[in-house]
Amino acid sequence: MTTAEVTIRVPTPLRGFVGGRDQVTVPGATVREALAALTAGQDAFRDRLFTAEGELRRFVNVYLGRDDVRRLGGLEAALPAGATLTLMVALAGG
Amino acid sequence: MSLKDRRLADLRARIAEVTAADALALQRKGALLVDVREDEETATGSPAGALRLPRGFLELRIEEKAPDPARPVLLMCAGGTRSLFAAEDLLRLGYEDVRSVAGGFSAWKAAGLPVEVPPQLDAAQRERYRRHLTMPEVGEAGQHRLLRSRVALIGAGGLGSPIALYLAAAGVGRLTLIDDDRVERSNLQRQILHAESRLGQRKVESGRAALLDLNPTIEVVSHDTRLEAANVLDLLAGHDVVVDGSDNLPTRYLVNDACLRLGVPNVYGAIFRFEGQVSVFGGAAPGLRPCYRCLFPEPPPAEYAPSCAEAGVLGVLPGVIGTIMAAETIKLLLGLGEPLAGRLLLYDGLRGEFNEIAVPVDPDCPSCSAGARPELSDIAAVCAG
Repeated sequence: MTTAEVTIRVPTPLRGFVGGRDQVTVPGATVREALAALTAGQDAFRDRLFTAEGELRRFVNVYLGRDDVRRLGGLEAALPAGATLTLMVALAGG
Repeated sequence: MSLKDRRLADLRARIAEVTAADALALQRKGALLVDVREDEETATGSPAGALRLPRGFLELRIEEKAPDPARPVLLMCAGGTRSLFAAEDLLRLGYEDVRSVAGGFSAWKAAGLPVEVPPQLDAAQRERYRRHLTMPEVGEAGQHRLLRSRVALIGAGGLGSPIALYLAAAGVGRLTLIDDDRVERSNLQRQILHAESRLGQRKVESGRAALLDLNPTIEVVSHDTRLEAANVLDLLAGHDVVVDGSDNLPTRYLVNDACLRLGVPNVYGAIFRFEGQVSVFGGAAPGLRPCYRCLFPEPPPAEYAPSCAEAGVLGVLPGVIGTIMAAETIKLLLGLGEPLAGRLLLYDGLRGEFNEIAVPVDPDCPSCSAGARPELSDIAAVCAG
């Protein structure tokens, strides 16, 4: 059985890491797997999202559907087939 | 006997009448007292708490105010005659318990019952706000509420422009502009509050001129200063709503924390390139609405923020987000609908999509959780868009 595909929406400030795309499809059965696939081979991107201990940084939010994954079991939360993750960071501009 | 007298005798036989004193007692028990006299008549005084609805509009508008046809309705005119005719009309419309106040407002006043002088809109205001006045959700009472409202606007730039213009146009009685910049030509691609003719002026002064040109009947207070921990409480106190159209994260955290201290709702919006976010934070009983730190507990360190020079924004983007912020502000001021609280609206301009994510109250929030007293501080400048 192949791992389900997950769509990840990428906010504007992070699109430089994904060739300017606004969403990316990666394989992943959990949030952690999907984000690992997203940042594979890009240390700077991984450091932007995760602490050295592998936890999600406090200024990065990840949503499964409309809910923060921190409330759904965190990085180990299972992803249903066809899930959409939304990455979010603060925007400042006004 | 004239036709009118014959008809009145007939009505008196069929329509229940109450004395002014009984009307007051019934009103206190939940009956709706309606003063059906014309606006010129009620201008000098009307029963306290009465609905003022001139007879000509009675059937057209009564249901907006009294949706339950079983609720007792008491009609009052000047002397108790027009209210008899009106009572028959409401019974015919389907109201079950309609009574006429005998002796009308004259008897009410003579009995020394409570009277209020309704605030009045002058002819020019009536004309200016006509599209508000004809909407039952705003109406005259709502327009007065807007005229009495005070809104502080942080930033007279991209977001601040449409927000300030629409709030001024709507008749928000006092707008406080806070910004420490000057108008530059590069602002004019999006900051429609300003103009080529005012290049070099302080933004708050340029903005004030534009707003008073649009609506000279409001008050615009300008503070040509940067918001800091030392002045934020003084600058924001006394406002009904604070609107954050600032352009940097330190100010956003400071505004959030100050609004929590003051108990004032904070209408938040932020933009970057083709993307925007809007929400309403705080301003409700503790634990009911999240705050900005429930969403982003702390700002990113400077090394993770893109350089300010790279920041760009599509000129119309602040218009999209700023007008939603203005709408949320007016909803809060009027107590209308559901505020955009507990959720963050995300706008993707390129895809033409709106999405929403949940922003629940964080029980461990450093700013708004029970017992937390947010420290006001000037955090180091970071630029994340």
